[in-house]
Amino acid sequence: MTTQILLAGFGGQGILFAGKFLAYKGLLEGRQLSWLPSYGPEMRGGTANCSVILSDDPVGSPIVSSPDILVAMNLPSLDKYEDAVVPGGMIIVDSTLIERKVKRDDVKVFYIPATQMAQDMDAPTLANMIITGKLMKESGMRTDNIEDSLKKVVSAKRANLLEVNLKAINNGIEYKD
Amino acid sequence: MAEKVLMKGNEAIAEAAIRAGCRHYFGYPITPQTEVAAYMAKRMPKIGGTFLQAESEISAINMVYGVAGTGKRVMTSSSSPGISLKQEGISYIAGADLPALIVNVQRGGPGLGGIQPSQSDYFQSTKGGGHGDYRMIVLTPESVQEMADMTALAFELAEKYRMPAMLLADGTMGQMMEPVELPEESNDTVEKPWAVTGTEGKREHNIINSLYLKPEELEQKNIERYERYKLIEETEARYESFMMDDAEYCVVAFGIAARVAKNAVVAARKEGVKVGMIRPITVWPFPKAPIAEAADKVRAFISVELSMGQMIEDIRLASECKKPVYLCNRVGGMIPSPEEVYAKIMEVKGGSK
Repeated sequence: MTTQILLAGFGGQGILFAGKFLAYKGLLEGRQLSWLPSYGPEMRGGTANCSVILSDDPVGSPIVSSPDILVAMNLPSLDKYEDAVVPGGMIIVDSTLIERKVKRDDVKVFYIPATQMAQDMDAPTLANMIITGKLMKESGMRTDNIEDSLKKVVSAKRANLLEVNLKAINNGIEYKD
Repeated sequence: MAEKVLMKGNEAIAEAAIRAGCRHYFGYPITPQTEVAAYMAKRMPKIGGTFLQAESEISAINMVYGVAGTGKRVMTSSSSPGISLKQEGISYIAGADLPALIVNVQRGGPGLGGIQPSQSDYFQSTKGGGHGDYRMIVLTPESVQEMADMTALAFELAEKYRMPAMLLADGTMGQMMEPVELPEESNDTVEKPWAVTGTEGKREHNIINSLYLKPEELEQKNIERYERYKLIEETEARYESFMMDDAEYCVVAFGIAARVAKNAVVAARKEGVKVGMIRPITVWPFPKAPIAEAADKVRAFISVELSMGQMIEDIRLASECKKPVYLCNRVGGMIPSPEEVYAKIMEVKGGSK
């Protein structure tokens, strides 16, 4: 099985970090994977996206042009990539920052106010991990290796951030409309 | 077996170079290869190596020339516009018969071009970007694993044949992360009696030079060098053959283009189209033999490239134009999608008899 994930939003939202977390999670599970960032003249406030492919077979092209799962953390990203999602795929929307609904009716759609939830837990930069938790739940990913995966992406110097990241992911997993 | 780690291609090159005993790096930052320099800047001082950010690419390649003369493993890295600046130095290194590694993480051109991936430095790398009759061994990785493995290989080949070797990657390869098993520590094993290492008064001094004012002598040097190149062409051409056994159509692609094309080949196979792929792993020497062999079997070739059609010329030469060669390309930093390559395969299949 191959899952192609596209995470997209503003620079500074932690799009690449969330992708790295998913990539390391795949690595710990012994899966084949690739992680490819957009590396244009992006900056805080610009657009950023990240292709993550998790597969049981060797990964071909690392570029996700037709995602199985799209995580949209701002309106330009939803506008740009909504039509690219494969029929039967999934779109996860940060409903704090995106007011409109998804137009497609042939994909599964989940709305989660990740940015608001992050502010509520006093960790405004962790909307990325909340929405990643939602992604994990709705796509049926393993949840027993979250902490181990996080340890790979949160540097030892910043070990104090481990717990709050863990909490953010769990809040995303447990979120109910 | 070593544990697999996740690394960017650029970082994998740097770590692999250090593991291969390279302790001298000279460079100048440019997107999308800057992580190579950044990694070296962090690591080299800790292991007694030299990281030096030169004032320009020209300066950096001439520092490489200097260290190469001492027989030590040395490298530089850059991206397309920076590699253009290095051409003079590369020609000198080739003219002085010295081993060195040059990494080109290509971006779109010409001129300053853009910063997105490209393969449009194929001519420059394989046909002599600098002046004079010379060649470089040019390796084209298609994964982060190969970025690491080919770094060590490039050093070995450069030393074996006393010539510059290039790792020809692109922005995607440099920026993407994949699991990689880093190579074991290694070092040079080739004797280097030519190296300038100090005579201690015990031998004649060695001279590193590319100047030969007597034309007879310079002619002889060129002829000798080309005998070596001939041997390399016969023995060092590397490629991967994918689903070619019964193929009626042959895709040819390297690097990121090969990754994309592989998806298309697999998809077309599912539709019953007999298509395979030859992936050059060295583009100089170009794998002529498998192309020539395929030319007698397939109906057509499709060259998938991130250029306006550069490798396609080598395919035509190697296949002696026995079969048509079609181009499937995107340029300027754009990358063809697997669907575009698939469509091209179907178009060629529909059009050829």
